Amino acid sequence: MRFGSVRIAGTIAVLAVVFAAHSKVHAQFGWSAPPPESASSIPSAQILQPEELNRLLQAKGANKPLILQVGSHMLFAQAHIAGSEYAGAGSQAEGLKQLQARVAPLPRKSFIVLYCGCCPWVRCPNVGPAFKLLRDLGFTNVKVLYLANNLGTDWVDRGYPVERGR
Amino acid sequence: MSADARSRAVHRPLLGVLLLAVCFAAGAQTATPAEPLVGKKAPEFTRRDLNGARVDLISFRGKVVLLDFWATWCASCQVEMPVFVQWQREYGPRGLKVIGISMDDDPALARRMKAKLQLNYPVAMGDEKLGQLYGGVLGLPLTYLIDRNGIVRAKFQGETDLKTIEKQLKALLAEP
Repeated sequence: MRFGSVRIAGTIAVLAVVFAAHSKVHAQFGWSAPPPESASSIPSAQILQPEELNRLLQAKGANKPLILQVGSHMLFAQAHIAGSEYAGAGSQAEGLKQLQARVAPLPRKSFIVLYCGCCPWVRCPNVGPAFKLLRDLGFTNVKVLYLANNLGTDWVDRGYPVERGR
Repeated sequence: MSADARSRAVHRPLLGVLLLAVCFAAGAQTATPAEPLVGKKAPEFTRRDLNGARVDLISFRGKVVLLDFWATWCASCQVEMPVFVQWQREYGPRGLKVIGISMDDDPALARRMKAKLQLNYPVAMGDEKLGQLYGGVLGLPLTYLIDRNGIVRAKFQGETDLKTIEKQLKALLAEP
């Protein structure tokens, strides 16, 4: 009985050490929890996979969305999804103003796809606030493109349609 | 011919074809490297840093260069940069030169971050031209290691274990 208790205590101690080491590694490299309103706050039903968007873009007669890049203008200039527009960085007040101005004249049922691709999805500071703004403005058909790593890896390298320039 | 021998006679050519297919596939993979810049001369560039000083990549020949593309909106970059400050201090005397390239749209943001993180290495503003030169900077963080001869030896895209970068960095510093 006593031996059993010692074994349990020992296991707990080992687990605690492993957990502490794991936390230390995370703290050392700073890969902490994403900030509020990061991409993680976007409901899964509103997330669009790259292959789905590409299929939509290729399909004839399909209801094409308005595609807005809400990240870095410099990254947009290097490569952006064909037909998409730059609409301001979602992480900055100025960027959100630009986005608001762009969508202001549109019907609230407009099909809009937001994307960024600046950084890994959980670190993206732009798509969360941009999505929230459109939702708060009453847009009901907004999707956010899921780019797990970045635009280069998850869109350009897959050979999906790209354009360059501002 | 026994049944066993017949079976071997039938399967041997099939195995050969399979082996050839595997070799061909492996060959095809090595023929198209994922990182076209690695192993090649680092593209030259000259910029002014945020203090107005000239940053000329060729002038760092003989040093190991850690070229870091970053931006103020990149959370992972802000984790890496204090470590790069530490490495510049620690490995600088052994020949390390860290160069930061901000991919921010607004230099004022980069200036503020440079001051906040007390970066002890030059930071210049990037643009799409420089991005294209380095194969397209389409996601951050992005770090290149360039050896003393100006050859790109490694590329790290996205969140990378900093110990992996440090290990490779130390190996390059140990080279003549």
